[in-house]
Amino acid sequence: MTIATAARGVLSKLETCRGDRNDGHDRDPAWLADARLAALAWVGEHGFPTRKDEDWKYTGLDPILAVPFEAAAAGTGRWVSAEMIDTAAVDLGGPRLVFVNGHFAAELSRLTGLPAGAEVTNLAAVLAARPQRLEPFFSHTPGEHHAFAAFNDVLAEDGAFIHLTPGTSVDEPIQLVFFSDTGGFPLMSSPRSVIVAEAGSRATIVETYAGTFGDVYCTNAVTEAVLGDDAQIEHYKVQDEPLTAFHLALLDVRQGRNSRFSSRSVMLGSSIARHEVRVLLEDVGAEVSLDGVYLPQGDQLHDNTIFVDHAATGCTSHQLYKGVLDGGGHGVFNGHIMVRPGADGTDANQKNKNLILSDRAEVDTRPRLEIYTDDVKCTHGAAVGQLDEEALLYLRARAIPLEAARGLLIYAFVHEMVDRIELEPLRAQLETLVAGRFTHGDDQVKP
Amino acid sequence: MSAPTTTTGISDEVRDLANQEYRYGFVTDLDTDVAPRGLDEDIIRLISTKKNEPGWLLEWRLQAYRHWVTLAEPTWQHVAYGPVDYQDIIYYAAPKPKKKLASMDEVDPELREMFDKLGISLGEQERLSGVAVDAIVDSVSVATTFKEKLADVGVIFCSFSEAVQNHPDLVRKYLGSVVPYKDNFFACLNAAVFTDGSFCYIPKGVRCPMELSTYFRINAADTGQFERTLIVAEEGSYVSYLEGCTAPVRDKNQLHAAVVELVALDDAQIKYSTVQNWYPGDADGNGGVYNFVTKRGLAAGRNAKISWTQVETGSAITWKYPGVILKGDNSVGEFYSVALTARRQQADTGSKMVHIGKNTKSTIISKAISAGHGQNTYRGLVGIRHSAVGARNFTQCDSLLIGKDCGAHTFPYVEVKNPTGQVEHEASTSKIGEEQLLYCRQRGIPEEEAVSMIVNGFCREVFKMLPMEFAVEAQKLLNVSLEGSVG
Repeated sequence: MTIATAARGVLSKLETCRGDRNDGHDRDPAWLADARLAALAWVGEHGFPTRKDEDWKYTGLDPILAVPFEAAAAGTGRWVSAEMIDTAAVDLGGPRLVFVNGHFAAELSRLTGLPAGAEVTNLAAVLAARPQRLEPFFSHTPGEHHAFAAFNDVLAEDGAFIHLTPGTSVDEPIQLVFFSDTGGFPLMSSPRSVIVAEAGSRATIVETYAGTFGDVYCTNAVTEAVLGDDAQIEHYKVQDEPLTAFHLALLDVRQGRNSRFSSRSVMLGSSIARHEVRVLLEDVGAEVSLDGVYLPQGDQLHDNTIFVDHAATGCTSHQLYKGVLDGGGHGVFNGHIMVRPGADGTDANQKNKNLILSDRAEVDTRPRLEIYTDDVKCTHGAAVGQLDEEALLYLRARAIPLEAARGLLIYAFVHEMVDRIELEPLRAQLETLVAGRFTHGDDQVKP
Repeated sequence: MSAPTTTTGISDEVRDLANQEYRYGFVTDLDTDVAPRGLDEDIIRLISTKKNEPGWLLEWRLQAYRHWVTLAEPTWQHVAYGPVDYQDIIYYAAPKPKKKLASMDEVDPELREMFDKLGISLGEQERLSGVAVDAIVDSVSVATTFKEKLADVGVIFCSFSEAVQNHPDLVRKYLGSVVPYKDNFFACLNAAVFTDGSFCYIPKGVRCPMELSTYFRINAADTGQFERTLIVAEEGSYVSYLEGCTAPVRDKNQLHAAVVELVALDDAQIKYSTVQNWYPGDADGNGGVYNFVTKRGLAAGRNAKISWTQVETGSAITWKYPGVILKGDNSVGEFYSVALTARRQQADTGSKMVHIGKNTKSTIISKAISAGHGQNTYRGLVGIRHSAVGARNFTQCDSLLIGKDCGAHTFPYVEVKNPTGQVEHEASTSKIGEEQLLYCRQRGIPEEEAVSMIVNGFCREVFKMLPMEFAVEAQKLLNVSLEGSVG
């Protein structure tokens, strides 16, 4: 099936789906209905990205477009239990919002322990009560980013909504769990989350994506964060969807003066996963730190696409992404730093390191610098290599079996990233997950 | 925005740098034999007839033309320029044939004067450096020297047209073997309309006794230049080839779409050096050469080595990615580049290293300098194919920015499909060091000289790879480009 016909198929289904919904509920305000239609028209006109698009050069979408997904409706996956959620995402003890197939599951969520200035709820609730608050988040140019982000505009009905009033500080991490369970029909869920951190506010937010083993679905998530002056947001993302699932996500961040944003991503699951981060440093002195680890094996494809836009003076950005490619795993790093004219005093760096373990694995890395002013300090580096033979020999000489020695060295390579996670229970969970991943090896290269 | 004194100093200098006159701008009048403007199959037949080409070559040109008309001009490069009217170009212009020349004395005095103005006198070169010079004016070779000396060791070094006449089998065997006519829009156009160029063949086991050098000139107004160079190094041979370019000032943009193909067989080595200083256009970005070049080497045999060194200071637009296909086991590819963009120059340049053979090794060192409104983009591809066991690459791209309005961009592509491959890419971008400038000025070194020193130091790694004659010229060129920077 060609991409064009697949896209047409999905589109017509969605149109029907939308029509039904509007007939049934008709809850979208006019501006939202218009935005959705405009986004839909944009997708219809431009189609889905192909490998001819620079930003999708290494990530083929045919497997996704070949599946006749239906938009996941509210109420699907009712049988998902608290135990399933606990297994998928370690409970961090603070407020926890659970979404099943992209829709808020109140009975599985916990919204206690929040200070007065913090509003933590779900998007559908805001949409029902005070929809105008969401208008700025749907008012961008249709198709501003790409077809999938536009698709989220079309289909998004629910997700997390976090609003921190000036000076509010939330000590407990706010946990967002996106769990999918299709009941046998290929579903596309489109969670849309909004984080508004006003001046001087502070919070930690953890997003976890997981689903039922063997289910075929596609998560097409968009998270938008707006940071006011001096706001600080620490963001984590764990993507551990089943191997039958697809995961496409956009994290879109806008930062005010002297604000600080950090995001750490751990990619474990999905058949095809793409995590795109876009950061706009709009005002003086903003600082962003992005890092990620991706561990594709089997036939997995993990794509990290990053765009950091230095639009103001004196901003700082750091990126560090590490990949371990095993089996027929395919890793993609596509990082782009833009320094606009006049963004003097920019300090930007970008690093991508890859460990390639199998002769079927592939890695494509593309760190990019685009700089339009002279008062900058920008560097980037990319490396692809193997396990250190000498280190391996050293361990084996001390009677550590080959597989264990390899596991140790791989773990050491990844550990730098996991170690940066400051939330103890999350770090412990990820350490176990990562360590468990490299203890066997059928098609690994024998040194 | 407040500007400290040193910054003010730099912007003055940048303004001057941007405004400095193109030193080599002049036009020499040579009678030319000119084809009508435009391109169709008849023009290609005319070129082929004029050059008395065999049928297979005409057929190849026509195939290329028929493919070219189906292609769209590429738009992915990070440069902006007005549309090129390919029907408004004269595809053939040749100096009227004069009698065959046996010595330098017989070379057209006007032509010799032109080279003198460039400071590269043919006679001087011949006597002092022992370099064989194949001077190309427009599209036809008019002077070839040292041919006999080279013939003694079996080296064939002649114009492309002569090679077609005298060594058709060699040309037919290798033409398009590295850059097929379907390769890209500009290479395809070149295949259809190329008029001349250089051909070089080094037989088995021969170390070419001298550096081979060709000077390209774009001379007649509105004449596109479509050079084609083919160098074949047989088993165990060695050749160092130097190419240098300057062009006279013209108001209208001139298109240059050249193709260079290198083939190195087992244990052979080719060293290809370029100094490119074509007319960059005026301070407002009018005029200037469009330099859209396809250069590629095929390291076909075991232990073959191909090395590209380039110093690019000219042209309004540069689109050029000299690359090496590392097919033979243990073959080596190298790319050393200095690219300077000032005024409104734009360059999108870099290298392509494709590792296919086992234990292949490649190195890319790129130094980019942007001043004025110059935009400099490094675009490189390092591909480790599945078969390339033990392949290694090291890439370093550094950019130096002089002034607020320039830009430096780095777009590398790294694709690894073999677990034994090792690839490292490093890049940095920063402005010219104010501390370094201050340090020099405190010691009584004028700012202009200090800038020139710092820039030359920044490029040293590349300059040292150039053959000596060129290293001197390249440094001079860079100094000229930075001259008049302090008022």
